[in-house]
Amino acid sequence: MPFDHDTVVGFSKSFGLFYLVTLSVIALAWTYWPSNKKGFDEAARLPVREEEDRPWR
Amino acid sequence: MIADLTRAERQWAMMILGALGIVGLAMAVAGRNDLLGIHGWIVLAAGLGGFIAFMRGKDAPEPSDDRLNEYYDAPTRLGIILTLLWGVVGMGAGLWVASLLAWPELTFDAAWASFGRLRPVHTSGVIFGFGGNALIATSFHVLQRTTRARLPDQISPWFVLLGYNLFCVIAASGYLMGLTQSKEYAEPEWYADIWLVVVWVVYFAIYMRTLARRKEPHIYVANWYYMAFILVVAILHIVNNLAVPVSFGSAKSYSLFSGVQDAMTQWWYGHNAVAFFLTAGFLGMMYYYLPKRAGRPIFSYRMSIISFWGITFMYMWAGSHHLHYTALPHWVQTLGMAFSVVLLVPSWASAGNALLTLNGAWHKVRDDAVLRFMALAAIFYGITTFEGSFMAIRAVNSLSHYTDWTIGHVHAGALGWVAMITFGSLYSIVPSMWKRPSLYSAKLVEVHFWLALSGTVVYVFAMWNSGVIQGLMWRTYTESGTLSYSFIDSLVAMHPYYIARAFGGLLFLLGALVALYNVVMTIRMPAPATEDAALDIPVQPALQAGE
Repeated sequence: MPFDHDTVVGFSKSFGLFYLVTLSVIALAWTYWPSNKKGFDEAARLPVREEEDRPWR
Repeated sequence: MIADLTRAERQWAMMILGALGIVGLAMAVAGRNDLLGIHGWIVLAAGLGGFIAFMRGKDAPEPSDDRLNEYYDAPTRLGIILTLLWGVVGMGAGLWVASLLAWPELTFDAAWASFGRLRPVHTSGVIFGFGGNALIATSFHVLQRTTRARLPDQISPWFVLLGYNLFCVIAASGYLMGLTQSKEYAEPEWYADIWLVVVWVVYFAIYMRTLARRKEPHIYVANWYYMAFILVVAILHIVNNLAVPVSFGSAKSYSLFSGVQDAMTQWWYGHNAVAFFLTAGFLGMMYYYLPKRAGRPIFSYRMSIISFWGITFMYMWAGSHHLHYTALPHWVQTLGMAFSVVLLVPSWASAGNALLTLNGAWHKVRDDAVLRFMALAAIFYGITTFEGSFMAIRAVNSLSHYTDWTIGHVHAGALGWVAMITFGSLYSIVPSMWKRPSLYSAKLVEVHFWLALSGTVVYVFAMWNSGVIQGLMWRTYTESGTLSYSFIDSLVAMHPYYIARAFGGLLFLLGALVALYNVVMTIRMPAPATEDAALDIPVQPALQAGE
């Protein structure tokens, strides 16, 4: 396979497309997976939890 | 600082400083007939100075194990001070170059004070000096609080902070001597670039090691943004700076790329420096300090994740919009344009998320100038990303490119977003970092806020007007098909706007000076009688400025 302009364009238009679409689908599915919601809601409260400003040991 | 370190850590520090001094000496000897030699002496002085400080302090008693019950905040404290100092230097240089454009004689016939040398001192001073130190200081703070774990050791954070500042000093002093590899925002030469890679790898390692020790199972979203910033900046920096030095005794190097490949690599770097240095890192800051200060969790945690992946996937492809109508293949330009437009989605998701978080806390925004800094930053982030997506469209770019509109856009982002979120975040942690009940003066925070806002508005409006007029004058033709205006005509038309821009910059610089004064006076306030009274950071901002 020659490494010329058309090859690179073809690669970008095929692999590049599927790569980005697949990653988007994975990211969206993970984010909106119903069982993940509880963890996210807890995580969101992390900065505003009232507790001592020191590491847990 | 030295007393914080264990005996073993002190030995390590002395070995590192000794090695640094030897490298400096080697640079000074090999580059004795070159400007590299001067940088060698600076590196030698840094290594030797640190070594002597350790010789004097190495016999201090071993620190007690009680330190492990506290977060390690000393590097954050120094980082905050360095941020504010670099802010004054970088913004001061900015005021100077802005004035140079209005009154060119201000260069005083000195080579080092010419526009071409002072401008990178301004850009690197504010981006790397001010922004970089702010990112390092706040990332250590946020990382520890969100993982509930102390930094893994007490030497690598200092290596990162001080090593990074050595890089900044080498960069700025090099520009004044005329050392540059002529790549925008990547001007420092090969030896400074290699040093930054070493520092950056240690920085990323601190992040990974602390995360590995985390007590909190979930990695809070702010850390993802900070990690994207560190990791991607490393990749960009290494690839864009691939170069071969003339010799080991010469500061001069030649890039591995040439022609349009060089341009594409440079703007892939340049735009992602905006994306990952000036956006991702500061979004990390926003996602922690804004909810914290407002006392409300982020409006939608899911939206912050979508934004994260959106920004990391799409920014990578947007750089070619800097090269519209050039030798770059048309489809690459179109690719950059398309990704820039789609980027509006994750960008506005973050800006909207921040503003929706403030729903129900707007009275705090009214009363507390610190939170108002952050709220305004989110608004400017929304404005600038909209403008950026719009300007990346080829047809719009034909009017805006090479004009002051671009400068206005950059400063709406840099002053309105980056600097505002930084000042807000720093103000919010300064009292607890120095265990003071509150800032020295809430009034001065108000003064700073209005100086910063009016400075930004004056600056951005001046450049918008100037840029559009400039763009229109360059594309106005007479009936016979020749240009209606000469280049010098457009310069004369710019002059009043250049004066207005310098004035806006002056206001912003005055604000930065007020911030430095306020923080120094806060540190100098007497410590409260009982330490416990100041130990806790209240969740509700009981120490609101303006009350």
